[in-house]
Amino acid sequence: MFGKTENAGVVHGLYTDGEPIADTKAPAGPIADMWRTRQFEAALVNPSNRRKLDVIMVGTGLAGASGAATLGEAGYNVKVFCYQDSPRRAHSIAAQGGINAAKNYKEDGDSVYRLFYDTVKGGDYRARESNVYRLAEVSANIIDQCVAQGVPFAREYGGLLDNRSFGGVQVSRTFYARGQTGQQLLIGAYQALERQVAEGTVQQFSRHEMLELIVVDGRARGIIARDLVTGAIETHVADAVVLASGGYGNVFFLSTNAMGSNVTATWRAHRKGAYMANPCYTQIHPTCIPVSGEHQSKLTLMSESLRNDGRIWVPKNREDCDKDPRDIPEEDRDYYLERIYPSFGNLVPRDIASRQAKNVCDDGRGVGPLVGDFRRGVYLDFSDAIQRLGAAAVEAKYGNLFDMYARITGENPYQVPMRIYPAVHYVMGGLWVDYDLQSTIPGLFVTGEANFSDHGANRLGASALMQGLADGYFVLPNTIRDYLAKGPFTPLAADDPAVAEARGSVERRTARLLEINGERSVDSFHKELGMIMWEYCGMERTEEGLLKAVDLIRGLREEFWRNVRVLGSADTLNQSLEKAGRVADFLELGELMCIDALHRRESCGGHFRAESQTEDGEAMRNDDDFLYVAAWEFHGGDGDGEMGTPVLHKEDLVYEAIELKQRSYK
Amino acid sequence: MNLTLRIWRQAGPRHQGELRTYKVKDISPDMSFLEMLDVLNEQLNAAGEEPIAFDSDCREGICGTCGLMISGEAHGPEKTTTCQLHMRSFSDGEVITIEPWRANAFPVIKDLVVDRGAFDRIIQAGGYISVNTGSAPDAHATPVPKRNADRAFQAAECIQCGACVAACPNASAMLFLGSKVTHLAELPQGQPERMARVVKMVDQHDAEGFGGCTNVGACSQACPKGIPQDVISTLNFDLRTALRGNR
Repeated sequence: MFGKTENAGVVHGLYTDGEPIADTKAPAGPIADMWRTRQFEAALVNPSNRRKLDVIMVGTGLAGASGAATLGEAGYNVKVFCYQDSPRRAHSIAAQGGINAAKNYKEDGDSVYRLFYDTVKGGDYRARESNVYRLAEVSANIIDQCVAQGVPFAREYGGLLDNRSFGGVQVSRTFYARGQTGQQLLIGAYQALERQVAEGTVQQFSRHEMLELIVVDGRARGIIARDLVTGAIETHVADAVVLASGGYGNVFFLSTNAMGSNVTATWRAHRKGAYMANPCYTQIHPTCIPVSGEHQSKLTLMSESLRNDGRIWVPKNREDCDKDPRDIPEEDRDYYLERIYPSFGNLVPRDIASRQAKNVCDDGRGVGPLVGDFRRGVYLDFSDAIQRLGAAAVEAKYGNLFDMYARITGENPYQVPMRIYPAVHYVMGGLWVDYDLQSTIPGLFVTGEANFSDHGANRLGASALMQGLADGYFVLPNTIRDYLAKGPFTPLAADDPAVAEARGSVERRTARLLEINGERSVDSFHKELGMIMWEYCGMERTEEGLLKAVDLIRGLREEFWRNVRVLGSADTLNQSLEKAGRVADFLELGELMCIDALHRRESCGGHFRAESQTEDGEAMRNDDDFLYVAAWEFHGGDGDGEMGTPVLHKEDLVYEAIELKQRSYK
Repeated sequence: MNLTLRIWRQAGPRHQGELRTYKVKDISPDMSFLEMLDVLNEQLNAAGEEPIAFDSDCREGICGTCGLMISGEAHGPEKTTTCQLHMRSFSDGEVITIEPWRANAFPVIKDLVVDRGAFDRIIQAGGYISVNTGSAPDAHATPVPKRNADRAFQAAECIQCGACVAACPNASAMLFLGSKVTHLAELPQGQPERMARVVKMVDQHDAEGFGGCTNVGACSQACPKGIPQDVISTLNFDLRTALRGNR
């Protein structure tokens, strides 16, 4: 445990302290009344004025598609952008497990308050109470909306919706559509969006990537985007801009994110003045398919619903690690989660399941192929479940996941236990937003994974889909109108200095990436950055390691701008150029993540800080010193790859509706 | 393993394309097909030749972005997406031909990348249930028999990849279309717009330049999600009913 010494980040001049954030704009009064109050107090926009107001939406995952569709239905003029060839391919589609909602259909004691409580507790008391309560409140409406759209949730024989318990909670509140809940919810939102495209309220720009934010007189007024097919640099202006551009887990190179998932939209906004909050809060998901070799381009997650019926174990003895698991007798197996956490067993939260898997592998008891000096894998065994329920029942529940596993590994999980290992999956950090989901730049709103507000230091299973749709369908459309009611703002000329500046910086940067013509590919830089992040800013962090990581990243970034090789031209489809721009931004983000991790000298949520642990090696949170959101302001550094010294603004977390407790799952 | 690859290169939509031959060495059977192409692209980049453009995103078989004709088969020899195809399905020394989806309605953008915007426009024509945010009744207000819910789900598994079009000798998108029509037709929520939907979607399908269905069945064979051909029967049934109703 640290003493009351100066923070290493300050000592080494890596950041400076700024003014605290005083106001999150949540209405006063009891938490249960806040949302109703805000909906009432937020100004209305006359229906006939709405079509005069332009809104840009960047991203078409659950948050973006649902938000754009709803704003279109309301009558605003919406432009929606995605880098994919169709909005329906955004990475929300890959979410498997389910979506939480406080419907209490199972009459098992669930309620809005319990969902709120579980989310705050699961986030290890680093989320903002007011936002989370609202999330729980609107959760039930999401299910109604999705069912009305035709989302084919799992049903029981009576025709009613089925629920299951999921990822560390003891009530059954998770709605699901076999192993592809994300795809089915996204299809629902996508169809609602396409309906608005047909109605003419929404204009769709697919294969377009936002590369810069336009800020005029302190307000977000548009974006610069590149048409990825023709290479044309386009200017799009609006009265408000919404970023629903997802998370930045790909800073680790290997993650469960899509190949194209990136930080560019939010990072460009950060450089223009939007604070980035808790960037080091990364979720490492326990049930992914282990790395098989150096060629690996991404990791594949398997829904943690598998933990409902699968039992996790490793051999008790190191010498058994390369044996056929079926030949290892029961008494030589260590069902370590059931042993350490008897009441939660295999259903402990994600961070605990991940860290314990790392611990047993570090102990030399991992299984599967050697990666470096260690075997990085643990068994997830369904033999008990198959015996209890029958293979057919297991197949009905998990069939597509088992098929996916078999296809990737070449092994049959009905016969041999699966092997799993943690992988980067989700980032809780993101752009700082107030209660209205507005960033520190007026007119710039941020929804879904791209913002930071609801999941604290660790996200509960089946909550990402809930948050994306809550923000898009119900929260943003109500809060953004308060801002839009002040518009329409002064029309912008194409030669407005702010527009010309944004456009010019995109053109210069694109040209420069193509001119360097060095020796190394974009991927080689990305992989090296990923290894630095995983090693020093992954599941376990130390002061020494993080300081080293900052140095390594700075060196790598300097080399990137000198030695990267991007072939081809700027005026056609050029996937290397797209990647180069994204990796350039990851190389800046990575540094800020390490500085954030360095400054946070406590273990909390998914982040184990080696210097802050209890005697028996469990994470030790430090509420006295770190009960706040770290919101970072970009400061200095004009050129490409140049960063100044970030300024730390603290938003104190106040818990009034929930009692602050040290989390224990023992 | 070592492989010879014959890959379609085409600089842009209006350029002439050609098959070019490349060699890759020491490919691990545990690599995915796209990781093998990543390795080739790194080789090309090092040698100063522009990497091959191909689409992929989630690389876990669900987003529907990837899709290649591999030695004449959509998504290659296994019943899965290109990203989930692994090199253990090939043998050392094999010659593999890699082409983009071929269909008039899917123009080539570059190399192996095609434009599937036609699918979005078919959905825009009617592939939705008209329900504005906030106007939904309680989710339990309308029970759905499990049989219908299951068939709706099966049809809704379509990932809009376009393999059905690529595999069809007529370049018809009837499996894609049928899956959307069936998904919504099996649910009580989809009934009010059922007849109008099918007509509008079929009209858009034809306007995009997709061919007609002649019951070949190659679509369903190629479908990585195993969408059965009977969704086209549902489509035809609904279309007949709708057209009779309009007479």
